[in-house]
Amino acid sequence: MHETHFGSPRSRVDGPLKVTGAAPYAGEFTAPDLAHGYVVSSAIAKGRITRIDTKDALAVPGVVQVFTHENRPRTAFRSNAYQDEVAPPGKPFRALYDETIVYSGQPVALVVAEDFEIARYAASLVRVTYEAEAHETDLEKVQAKAYVPPVKRQGISPPPKPRGDSEAAFGASPVTVEAGYRIAVEHHNPMEPHATTVVWEGDERITVHDKIQGAQNSQSYITAVFGLPQKDVRVVSPFIGGAFGSGLRPQYQLFLAVMAALELKRSVRVVLTRDQMFTMGYRPDGLQNVALGANQDATLQSIRHDLIANTSTFEDYQEATVNWSAMLYHCDNVTTTHKLAKTDLYTPADMRAPGAPTGLFAMESAMDELAHKLGVDPVTLRLRNYADIDESTNKYHTSKELRAAYQLGAERFGWSKRNPKPRSMKEGRELIGWGMASGAWEAQMAQTSARATLTADGRLEVACATADVGTGTYTILTQIAADALGLPMEKVTTKLGDSSLPKSPVEGGSWTAASAGSAVELACHKVRETLFKSARGLDHSPLANADIERVTFHGERIALVSDSSRFVTLADALKAAGVEKIEAEETASPSKLTQMRYNSFTHSAVFVEVRVDEELGQVRVTRIVDAVAAGRIINPKTARSQIMGGVVFGIGMALHEESMPDHNLGRFMNHNLAEYHVPVNADVHDIEVIFVEEHDTLTSPLGVKGLGEIGIVGTAAAIANAVFHATGKRIRELPITIDKVIGTAEAA
Amino acid sequence: MNRFSYARPGSVAEAVREVAAPASKVLAGGTNLVDLMKYNVERPAHLVDVTRLPGLKAIEETGEGGLRIGALVTNTALAYDPRVQERYPLLSSTILAGATAQLRNAATTGGNLLQRTRCYYFYDAATPCNKRVPGSGCPAIGGVNRIHAILGTSEQCIATHPSDMAVAMAALEAVIRVSGPGGERDIPIAEFHRLPGDTPERDTNLGADEIIVSVELPAPRFATNYTYLKLRDRLSYAFALVSVAAALDMDGGTVREARIALGGVAHKPWRVPEAEALLKGVVPERGAFSLVADRILEGAQGFGGNSFKIDLAHRAILRALSQAAAGTPQSQTDKRIQ
Amino acid sequence: MADLDLPSRQGFAPDAALPTGLPGEIPLTITINGERRDLHVRPWTTLLDLLREDLHLYGTKKGCDHGQCGACTVLVDGQRINSCLSLAVSRDGCEVTTIEGLAAPDGALHPMQQAFIEHDAFQCGYCTPGQICSAVGLVKEGHAHSAEEIREGMSGNLCRCGAYTNIVDAIGDMLAQETSQEAAK
Repeated sequence: MHETHFGSPRSRVDGPLKVTGAAPYAGEFTAPDLAHGYVVSSAIAKGRITRIDTKDALAVPGVVQVFTHENRPRTAFRSNAYQDEVAPPGKPFRALYDETIVYSGQPVALVVAEDFEIARYAASLVRVTYEAEAHETDLEKVQAKAYVPPVKRQGISPPPKPRGDSEAAFGASPVTVEAGYRIAVEHHNPMEPHATTVVWEGDERITVHDKIQGAQNSQSYITAVFGLPQKDVRVVSPFIGGAFGSGLRPQYQLFLAVMAALELKRSVRVVLTRDQMFTMGYRPDGLQNVALGANQDATLQSIRHDLIANTSTFEDYQEATVNWSAMLYHCDNVTTTHKLAKTDLYTPADMRAPGAPTGLFAMESAMDELAHKLGVDPVTLRLRNYADIDESTNKYHTSKELRAAYQLGAERFGWSKRNPKPRSMKEGRELIGWGMASGAWEAQMAQTSARATLTADGRLEVACATADVGTGTYTILTQIAADALGLPMEKVTTKLGDSSLPKSPVEGGSWTAASAGSAVELACHKVRETLFKSARGLDHSPLANADIERVTFHGERIALVSDSSRFVTLADALKAAGVEKIEAEETASPSKLTQMRYNSFTHSAVFVEVRVDEELGQVRVTRIVDAVAAGRIINPKTARSQIMGGVVFGIGMALHEESMPDHNLGRFMNHNLAEYHVPVNADVHDIEVIFVEEHDTLTSPLGVKGLGEIGIVGTAAAIANAVFHATGKRIRELPITIDKVIGTAEAA
Repeated sequence: MNRFSYARPGSVAEAVREVAAPASKVLAGGTNLVDLMKYNVERPAHLVDVTRLPGLKAIEETGEGGLRIGALVTNTALAYDPRVQERYPLLSSTILAGATAQLRNAATTGGNLLQRTRCYYFYDAATPCNKRVPGSGCPAIGGVNRIHAILGTSEQCIATHPSDMAVAMAALEAVIRVSGPGGERDIPIAEFHRLPGDTPERDTNLGADEIIVSVELPAPRFATNYTYLKLRDRLSYAFALVSVAAALDMDGGTVREARIALGGVAHKPWRVPEAEALLKGVVPERGAFSLVADRILEGAQGFGGNSFKIDLAHRAILRALSQAAAGTPQSQTDKRIQ
Repeated sequence: MADLDLPSRQGFAPDAALPTGLPGEIPLTITINGERRDLHVRPWTTLLDLLREDLHLYGTKKGCDHGQCGACTVLVDGQRINSCLSLAVSRDGCEVTTIEGLAAPDGALHPMQQAFIEHDAFQCGYCTPGQICSAVGLVKEGHAHSAEEIREGMSGNLCRCGAYTNIVDAIGDMLAQETSQEAAK
């Protein structure tokens, strides 16, 4: 195929809509009969509502209705009807289901009014009386009750079976390190709060604009919960203001907005407040322990990584956290465990690279500790224990250019100039630290369908139900489609985020580029074939005896590879076909055979410079080089942005982000963006992204592996390792805040 | 927001009459009041919009060599006023360490002084708080108190005052002019903000029927040896964990007079004049600074999450005094600490 | 630009509902993107909600509603402010420019909008209108001359997608253009 666009930097096709404010997000669709819902949240963590008084709220002029568990319309009885596409095992939370309170911030009422400010005011007048029960939100207090989840979460690999005897090998190792690690609970906090606008179309039909990473996931949730036929529910969400996993599962505002719209037979919008963004999923709390044993020659002899993570009382949330420690390095004796303990909080949720930056913060910190103890360079330690196959499953890698990533990243960073001694590098008052870490994330492809439609005017439309949450999906699909038919990108329209479009799983896990991209390519190739047949069938066609393998689609022409002066224009071919449009829908599926024999991962090597004012505890991340091996890169421009975004997320994890629970109240207290700190512009300096050349024919037909997650993985560990190198202080609990830097953490 | 009536008086006298109405609140830049109204923390019955009052947007010479800053002068206008930059660079620098350009463009001098605490519990109407609902309790004590006070606390309240600007004004001994039914009166800034004691619901000594009309800065003396050092959880757009405004009036190689005010540690900008006096006639060096810091932090008490602030404040005082003595004030854009 | 064929979010003409002059409403004259509007608003309506809900100018975003994120940044009398913390009534007589008012009447993008596209200074796009309005305000203020000063000056606009370095590059380009134009004069 002639690739004009694939592999070349291209500006986002949705750019003009976004920079002019014309791109519509879920809470911005409207209707003449729109009413506004405002959620009332529970003040207690556990217990029951004994009384809920809505009289004063209902008396406010402009209030339409107040929904509570007492007047909630009938919805599905069985809890499994509420189970969405990516739900963990358990019984999903059901808003306004009954008087029971299972977490602080749980929605207890929805006030619907003619305008937003009336709804907000009336919500303040809803009086809720509770009977509180003792709650426990502190993971440390419940860790003794930790259990191995009896039902595994679909799509999440449990920790691999132990190999060798890690305990004996640890005992026999001349050099060992062992420590506990922890990362504060983090909330996703996409810039757009969760929102749903339900447009009442009459006759029990609704169009739903939901902040969701998969329109079809919301659609099937609505049809199951409210017993509606699929044809009466269309979910249209063309733009998502960031999600990072918070939009994988339908959130409670979707349920509330649909419930109110169906009951009131009018359009309803429910937008959560920023504070309420802390009343849904989060990156779980986890107590991690890593023990490594090595010989003096820096070969790993034993790896043990244990995790106790929190979950809710009603679902067993699981993510692959410890698994990375079992696959990243060559080692004969490995044990990893993952247990859960129930807390009176909402269920955790997938958050950008769920499990990987968490588990690898612990593992890659421990590797740094081991390197220091062995007196070897951290990169050398990793190279000496390089794994050529995934030893945790005994499968081959589809491709693995991590070695090149270490090498290129180190080169670009200037790693060879590093003085290995902690506290040895200084400029002015600041100690300088250089640290590094490895990253890995699964490269997956999921079964996805797409449609391509070429119309008589020479325009191509490609369509898929998946979402673009800022990842650049609109742009890369446009590039793929334009290349397939030799069109300029301006002649291609990509449609996404609509449940009526060809089937796609939720957008997430870094699988969308490989999956939707392959589906689009297949559908376009089908259109090519039809078009080619038509071109070949023309009277005196210059392509008369040609084979489709011997022609190129380029510059709106179909030409012979051997002689580009022999061509048929697309317009002529279309005209010859004599149809209004040529349409094809195709489904791309991963190869089962490949999956049986291979594992596929993206990898990264992250190099970080920090500057630490030791006396005052201030840490500045001044330079990051992230070398990423992720197969072929469709659009270097948007790809670089995606990695940088992941790195910034990693800076937040390392230095800033922390949802602070008050265990007396069972409630996160810093539930706003003033006190939950995400990095601001001043926190981010030079970030250099290197894409390592990696040839992969097995992960997906496109050779693409996906980029959404890998940027965050390894970043926090590299920063923590750099802080150690600067100060000689090993900080094993993130975020690394001023108090920890000036505090009494273990010195070198 | 709750329902309220709205007035837009055309004169200070009219504004004073309007604020006499029960449960009235003054609206200026709105950056804190509107925020709190949305959280249902402030519930005014009557809103007095003073943004159009004439004469309160000017910065004028006082005659005694000082400047009089109208209550409605925005943080931006104040920070970038050439006279302020030249004669009170500490104030300019301090303002620029706070909030963001957007907030500083709206926030006013008077409003900044009346900013309310950022205590998590005060902001969360679903939890108890003695400042918000007197007598309901203080869950910050024994709860999440990373950002809370270490000095001047009471059993009722351990909240801090969040302003940066007020810290510099405390160091510069600004005087706040207020207008009430009985006319105008002056309140030195040291007496303007209160400690929580048994009445944490009262932040300041401004009467319920008074409004701030101006802030007067005495003749400048600290334009060379000064700094504002702010330590926070990210490099911008965060409230201070600890901040220090330090100003030295030098007489050759020794200190003629020192001013040190702390932010983020108490219910008001924290000054200890006796500690400052320890520097009088002294050659500025770390040994002397350490004694000063010890004195300033005498009686400091941590509550677990914020206990690190005692040590941090000590270190910050030393560094700020070093910066001031060296005449190398902290840049508010270059985040490397001098 | 590729046509994304979007469903309209303009369900009805917003102007039809305004001004209402209901009891308790206060007259407000405000110029928005060059167009003078005579409206009636309730005193508790914020400038942000007026723009979005009453005038259907949804380009200005609500990210936190409390001045903690900058997504609602607009220019009022040329200065950038958080429209979420401003009551509409208190802006009587003001001139407001929103993201919808930056492009030329013929649709030609403002140079800052173009620079954001060139530098890929956004991903999900939700903070973008606020970033761009803020950036236009920053350039006008004239206090930022270095990358460091741009970073500090833009710290009032959170971007969760992490496009910060591209945002700084986009604004740096604009400042460089300004400087070279000044020099040319």
